[in-house]
Amino acid sequence: MRNRLIFAGQFVFTLAVAAFLIVPAILSMVAGVTANYFRGVRSGLTLQWVMQVWELYAETIARSFAVAFVTLGVTLSVGIPAAYALHVRGGRLSRAIEEIITLPLAVPGLAIALGLLLTYGGFGDFRRSWLFIVVGHIVFTLPFMVRSVMAVFSLIDIKTLDESASSLGASPWRRFRDVIVPNAHSGILAGSLMVVTLSLGEFNLTWMLHTPLTKTLPVGLADSYASMRLEVASAYTLVFFVMIIPLLVAMQILADRDVRQGTRR
Amino acid sequence: MNEAHGVAVHVETCGKTFADGTRALEPVTLDAARGETLVFLGPSGCGKTTILRIIAGLEQPDPGGRVLFNGADVTGVPIEQRNVGMVFQSYALFPNMNVAENIGYGMKIRGVGRAERQARVTELVRITGIEGLERRRTDQLSGGQRQRVALARAVAVQPSVLLLDEPLTALDAALRERLRWELDRLLRTLGITTIYVTHDQAEAMALGDRVVVMRKGAIAQIGTPRDIYFTPADRFVAEFVGAANLVEAPASRGTLSLPGGQLAIADVNAMGNIVAMIRPESIRVVAPGASRLSGRVERVSFVGDRQRLTVSGATQRPLLIDGSNTLAVKVGEQIGLDVEPSAVRIFPGNNT
Repeated sequence: MRNRLIFAGQFVFTLAVAAFLIVPAILSMVAGVTANYFRGVRSGLTLQWVMQVWELYAETIARSFAVAFVTLGVTLSVGIPAAYALHVRGGRLSRAIEEIITLPLAVPGLAIALGLLLTYGGFGDFRRSWLFIVVGHIVFTLPFMVRSVMAVFSLIDIKTLDESASSLGASPWRRFRDVIVPNAHSGILAGSLMVVTLSLGEFNLTWMLHTPLTKTLPVGLADSYASMRLEVASAYTLVFFVMIIPLLVAMQILADRDVRQGTRR
Repeated sequence: MNEAHGVAVHVETCGKTFADGTRALEPVTLDAARGETLVFLGPSGCGKTTILRIIAGLEQPDPGGRVLFNGADVTGVPIEQRNVGMVFQSYALFPNMNVAENIGYGMKIRGVGRAERQARVTELVRITGIEGLERRRTDQLSGGQRQRVALARAVAVQPSVLLLDEPLTALDAALRERLRWELDRLLRTLGITTIYVTHDQAEAMALGDRVVVMRKGAIAQIGTPRDIYFTPADRFVAEFVGAANLVEAPASRGTLSLPGGQLAIADVNAMGNIVAMIRPESIRVVAPGASRLSGRVERVSFVGDRQRLTVSGATQRPLLIDGSNTLAVKVGEQIGLDVEPSAVRIFPGNNT
């Protein structure tokens, strides 16, 4: 009886996932290669919409990746040392700083964007460049990096490892390079995965910060929904999936390999 | 053959008050001679680890405190420049390095060449008895092997002073005993100044040239293992180091008057109420009439190498006695008790 209930629950859950996540995604992608959406697949399959998207929005895709990887670079070089300092220091001040950098998780992206615009909107060149978007993305993604690295630190007692390396004569920089980073790489990898995917998909903050010349992929997607044929927008979704899924899979494989190593430890 | 190595350590009025106002350590002053093994012994929270960390350079003493290595003030020198070797309770081996890389890390930092490093690692794995494990990852080692790697890593850099923070506590009892002897042999061979922290009195006795007994952030007594065992400074030391009977009774003309009779003591001038300490193994069981002190056997517990008797009636509180394992006594039997006067340690009466 109980087993049946569990089975029924799992079945309903699977159906729901299929109905609300997988089916819409597939339909959308199919629509992107359908000659005429209103006549359905019978109207024939075509790559013309995809080509059109590529012509119109190729630069938003490139920009999105540029934004994501610059964001990743900055969150890595700032987030890991920050996590290290916050963890080793401890105490009330560290807690307070941790709370402050975590704030963007709770504050709506629009509000953050508005704040940035109010403060730096006057710096015209900066405002108009894609680096303005990068700043927004860093603010938004940094807590994810810091948190996931700190989680690993508390798991492996990094403080004692650090002390142990220092007793052997290692300077803070050597300790960071030889001991801290290599032993925190599972957290760093998880954080990186999160930062890249969040940055690639980020819309509401980016939408406030972008200019017509600095559209990112999701902003372009919104733009095409609003102003193009449905097939073009769908083709855009298809392009988005094709871009992001290999990336997700690659990072997942890396993370899995890491977990397997971790369990042997 | 065992030439003394390392530095003489001088700790001068080093106290430690944490940021929240907790006093972890009262200002203490003490010395460790070159080549000496100094053991800090005490219950948890007595400040023994704090003093080790101050000597290491992982904690700063409160203002006014100083740490000197061979007379040179190192108080402001960070740990990475103090040239210490440290073994942590958790060993803190680097999971990203194999055994040989762990042992060689300190030398790598110091810019020692690969060939020389390898030769030294080979020597150290031989000394510590872990040959053949050089390529293992640290998670493929047993507790005892980890302990040896940690030790080899700490001594690899020929430190000025070796600092060991409860290095055997994480191991099970049988292994702990075996490694204690190995560690003792190694420390004697190396002849390096060693600061050793433990809460295990047997470990402290076996390893220490001198033992510092600590209590509530202050030093209760410093002495050789024999000093602190036979002539403890106070009741705390007496009870913390080994088993002790503490007997409170009136004394006059070299005799203690007890409920079960009389007991001769060495100090003929002791007068009035005093506290005496008698170790269980210094009480001999004799025939009831053969001694001025007698009692009744309450409990006999046979533990293999000896028997522990609990005897009532002789003193106010039951008396613990360690007898030979062939001693034939039964519960309820009346027995005579004989103690060498020199084996009775007198504390002043108000010292409780």
